[in-house]
Amino acid sequence: MSEQNTNAVTPAEPAAHVVLEEQIDQWRGYVQRRRAITPADVDEMEDHLRGQVADLTASGLEDDEAFLVAVKRMGNLDEVSREFAREHSGRLWKQLVLVPEEPGETGRWRELGVVLALAIGAGIAVKILLAATGDDELVLVRNGVFAVLPFLAGYFVWKRRVPWGVSAVLLAVTAALALVVNLYPFVEGPFGDPGMTGFLAISHTPVVLWLLLGVVYAGGAWRSGPRRMDFVRFTGELIIYLALIALGGGLLIGLTFGTLGLVGVDFEPFLGDWLLPFALPGALLVGAWLVEAKKNVVENIAPVLTRVFTPLTIVMLAALFVALLVNGPLTAVDRELLILMDAILVLVLFLLLYSISARDPLAPAGVFDWLQLVLVGAALAVDAVALTAMLTRIAEFGFTANKVAALGLNLVLLVHLAWAAWLNLGFVRGRRTFGAIERWQTQYLPVYGLWVATVVIAFGPIFAFA
Amino acid sequence: MHIDKDLVAASATPLVLGILADGESYGYAILKRVNDLSGGRMEWTDGMLYPLLHRLERLGYVQASWGTSDVGRRRKHYAITPTGREALAERRQQWAVVSDALKQVWQDVQPGPAVAEGWA
Repeated sequence: MSEQNTNAVTPAEPAAHVVLEEQIDQWRGYVQRRRAITPADVDEMEDHLRGQVADLTASGLEDDEAFLVAVKRMGNLDEVSREFAREHSGRLWKQLVLVPEEPGETGRWRELGVVLALAIGAGIAVKILLAATGDDELVLVRNGVFAVLPFLAGYFVWKRRVPWGVSAVLLAVTAALALVVNLYPFVEGPFGDPGMTGFLAISHTPVVLWLLLGVVYAGGAWRSGPRRMDFVRFTGELIIYLALIALGGGLLIGLTFGTLGLVGVDFEPFLGDWLLPFALPGALLVGAWLVEAKKNVVENIAPVLTRVFTPLTIVMLAALFVALLVNGPLTAVDRELLILMDAILVLVLFLLLYSISARDPLAPAGVFDWLQLVLVGAALAVDAVALTAMLTRIAEFGFTANKVAALGLNLVLLVHLAWAAWLNLGFVRGRRTFGAIERWQTQYLPVYGLWVATVVIAFGPIFAFA
Repeated sequence: MHIDKDLVAASATPLVLGILADGESYGYAILKRVNDLSGGRMEWTDGMLYPLLHRLERLGYVQASWGTSDVGRRRKHYAITPTGREALAERRQQWAVVSDALKQVWQDVQPGPAVAEGWA
């Protein structure tokens, strides 16, 4: 194949082809409006179109005739773009509706209406819970998530038209969990604070429910890898939205507080009794709605954050590694260290997941992929140091529910990251496709659900509800 | 002759891989080759070739690289990978079985049109 390198990207066209150039430009603009087709794809298709036009004109057709024939052979652009979207499901995140089907204004308002109604419903549920529990904060904390998340699930059931069978099963599982958390005879501490297993159940229940929400989010198709990745994206963007909403809300409340304080009105009773019970679930639902409606507005935030924080986290991990080795042997370690290590691994996992979720799977391995490999490697090294210290301690003093929970999570995370690092190594060395890394992330997600459910359901009986 | 859409779709992957097994190529050239091979009887929707090529790339069957055409325009080239050759060999065996079975069926219905009318 002769490849002649000319400096100019577009060689000078004879004046006669001006009309053709205009037509091709128009065609480009028309194709580019489809978000499933990237500019690079349009380049590729344009090369095809020009090749076809050149061959047709060589066989005697006029420019415009050749152009029409070539465009016609390219096929129905709706179908082609749907095919592109099906292939590049990451781009599909930008528009779950594949064909450019502009949602009517009425549709959008109706959706907002549904969201607001559900938010108010969740607020009322929280109010009822508050009234029913009285002063028992433990019961409130235990059940808050059960009062709010079903409404968020309801939004997705409505939006994705989830089959009734699936919804019924999920509802039954949720109810069973609520029974477990409330009816298990957890031992309470001296001041009404939860015991170890009770605390573990309370802190792990939201994660179980969130993963169940993932099933609804995927419209019941929870086995599908791309849908799982969509849910990961959704979770990340929702966290960002909630942080922004919390910032704005906090500012408003602070200003109101200050101003009303000056004129001697006590804002606190209203804040605690009415504003927060409705504002907190409301923020969650509105945040979810915003993520759904504005997918492509902030879609870049999570990946940008991962790019910023990946190098910084590597520096932090290197410092930790040195500090742990220099100040060792680690004799005074306790479960706090283990919990901190879990938190660090979760952070690294998030950095990994969000850059993967936003990466173009076809792009070749670059510097950032190496950086990520270093990141995961550093995290594993730090964890290995902490874990050896921890295991000797446990061998000496025996297991408690907390230690087992922290240790188990650590192992689950370790397996996830170690295998991801192995796949990543294969990818940067050109032995594997990026698809393998992506598939591993989504395939492994249910393991977290199983582990967390085990902590909630089995730890109480195993550790005598201590 | 019009060839059924499903048949075109099913044969697309082995065709593209087979053409690339002959050497690196790009979209329009692949399509022209398909036309030549079928005597212009297999009608592909040109645009559909690209999602297919991208799928093969994601599966690791082909590797893409950007180059320039003889007039200096950006052009994406595709080359088959060792995994792609394995996939091609496997497809080839599958197709051999199918075409073998079909050949026997064709022999059994020798008389052709007359029988077909009888069934109609």
